[in-house]
Order: sequence, then C-alpha cells, then structure tokens
Amino acid sequence: MVINQASLKRDGVQDWVSLRATAVIITFFSLYMVWFFVSTPQVTFEIWQGLFSALWMKVFTFATLVCIMIHVRIGLWQVLSDYVKNARLRVLLQYLMNLLAFAYVLVGLFVLWGV
Amino acid sequence: MKLNFSIYRYNPDVDNAPRMQDYQLEVEEGRDMMVLDALIQLKEQDSTLVFRRSCREGVCGSDGLNMNGKNGLACITPVSALGKGKIVIRPLPGLPVVRDLVVDMSQFYTQYEKIKPYLINDDKQPPAREYLQSPEEREKLDGLYECILCACCSTACPSFWWNPDKFIGPAGLLHAYRFLADSRDTATEQRLSELDDAFSVFRCHGIMNCVSVCPKGLNPTKAIGQIKSMLLQRAV
Ligand code: SF4
Ligand code: SF4
Ligand code: FES
Repeated sequence: MVINQASLKRDGVQDWVSLRATAVIITFFSLYMVWFFVSTPQVTFEIWQGLFSALWMKVFTFATLVCIMIHVRIGLWQVLSDYVKNARLRVLLQYLMNLLAFAYVLVGLFVLWGV
Repeated sequence: MKLNFSIYRYNPDVDNAPRMQDYQLEVEEGRDMMVLDALIQLKEQDSTLVFRRSCREGVCGSDGLNMNGKNGLACITPVSALGKGKIVIRPLPGLPVVRDLVVDMSQFYTQYEKIKPYLINDDKQPPAREYLQSPEEREKLDGLYECILCACCSTACPSFWWNPDKFIGPAGLLHAYRFLADSRDTATEQRLSELDDAFSVFRCHGIMNCVSVCPKGLNPTKAIGQIKSMLLQRAV
C-alpha cells in the first residue's frame, strides 16, 4: 500500500533492470580498456587514435557514456534519497549531478566526433 | 569470574542524553549463562534498568538487543559467545528508544501491517472442511513461517534505517513472500501491485545484514529476491 504514489515517482522494476543492464555494458567497456592497455606494449598516439577511429568503438564508447549517465541518474537518486533528507538540497544535488553526467555524454560525443 | 558490562541507559523523563553505564557481575568460574539471565541478575543490583523479555527461550521475539554490535535475542545468546572482554549492550539500532533497552516498534509493525499478514482467499466455494495443501505446497512455506518478528533483521538493515517509512524491511518482506508463496492465498496480484514501487521492495540492495543476524536462521534476502523476480515477471 503505497499511500502517495506520486511522491515515489520512480519505477522500481524499471530502475532495477536499468541499473543492471547498464552495469553490464560499463563492465564490458572497462574490461576491454584494461585488456587494451595490457595487450598493447606501448600506447602511442597513433594506436590510441586508431582505436577510437573505428566506428564500432565510437558506438561502444558512446553507448557506455550513455549507460553511465543512466546508471548515475538511478544510483545517485537512491543514494541521495537515503542520506539527504532535506528535499530542496536533495533535488538541487540531483539536478547538479544529472547535469554533470549529461555534460560527460556531450563532451564524449564531441571528442569522438573529432577523432 | 567477573563479567563486565557496558549498558545503554536512557530515561527521557530524567536524562538529557543517553549514556553508557558499567556493571559487573560475579559468576561461578566456568559457568556460562545467557545474556538475558545476566540482565535479570543486573536488574537485581539496579532495579531501574529496563528491558523487555517474555518467553526467555527464543520464541516470543521480545528481547532483540544489540550485543557487542550485533543484533540478536538476549535469551538465546550465551555470554561466552560474546568473547572475553566487556560486553556492550545497546537497544536495537534505528528505532526510537522508549527507555534503556526498550525501543518503540511502531514503525516496524506499520511496515508489517502494510503487507497484509493474513491469508486472503476469495474462493466463492470454500471447501467444507479445511483448505488442503500437498506436501510440496506446504514445503514452500518452510523458512518463512518461522519468523517471530523480533526485528533483529530490519533494525540491522541500513535501507530500513534510512527509509523506515517507505521500505518494508526484511521481516515484513519475508512475511509478504510467505503469503505470496502460499497455495491457499488468491491475492497474489493485489499483493504484488501494492509492493510495486521504488521503495517497498527495491530499497533492498542485498547487503544481507538481515541474514547474518536472524536468530531463527532465516533468509529474508532470498525471499526478497523471489519477490523481485515475481515483480519482474509481472512487468515483462
Ligand atoms: S526474519 Fe529473523 S530476525 Fe527478522 S524478525 Fe523474523 S525471526 Fe527476527
Ligand atoms: S539484504 Fe536487503 S533487507 Fe537484508 S539487510 Fe540487506 S538491504 Fe536489508
Ligand atoms: S524472551 Fe522471548 S525471544 Fe527472548
């Protein structure tokens, strides 16, 4: 019996699935990057640029950035609604962090565009 | 042999703030006792010490306490299990203290009430005698019905500390699953829809503090996982 559905706005099942789905992609990207650094004896600018010039890598990187944004939205909403009891402050912090996560996606997009 | 205790004391009528008070108990060498027995003897020294107890054998769930940092029932926790040093006894964490070791359990019971802890059956033609269950159907309730609502689990759960008004907590959710799993209960859909929000179930992050403290050896995390997958199946 959720008395005030409107105040709980987020969808539990949806969030639960999204958190896990995005975590999988973030994990794969991290593992791939680790593997890249381990398997490349010397990372020169050319190799580094070559890595990101492939279309699939651009897509992979961009997808990961979007996943991080979604993960941050949900994850930090959970953390903040646990620890920050003042509603105004919580909404402000949430807004700033969401903005930051969105900025990361945009920066990533333009960097990838330029490669 | 001397046993040393440090016990949380707070009487809101006279104290401005809670404090820890030291006690000593002289016991026969090599003799073990339950923490509750020690508390009863300490109350003879100091009759102002307040705690709850009833059955003194681990079936009523009255004397959930925090002993050396871990929740448990005082009546079935041997003093010897708490090590050699000073024994620190506090009330269950996260709930308002009424006095000394007695906490106000209203929030805990409110969450329990929310899950409708009774059998709902809207069968138009109930059987003449009782509802029968096969041994397999009955088996599904094992590990669920044994809960004595001592609140050791919910008060050990960080998610319950931060959102005791919105998160049902491990004890309530264990009971919720007990009725979801019951072949005689017909309100499965209604029960699930009432749990389907971002807090009631999904504030559980699987930390498993509840499992590590349950004095009856139950596994609320597993029950919560079952509820989550039922909610998931319902959504897709
Ligand atoms: S699940 Fe265990 S710890 Fe929790 S209330 Fe029931 S008996 Fe107590
Ligand atoms: S597993 Fe869930 S209910 Fe149990 S202590 Fe952890 S968060 Fe709380
Ligand atoms: S006194 Fe009943 S459970 Fe401890």
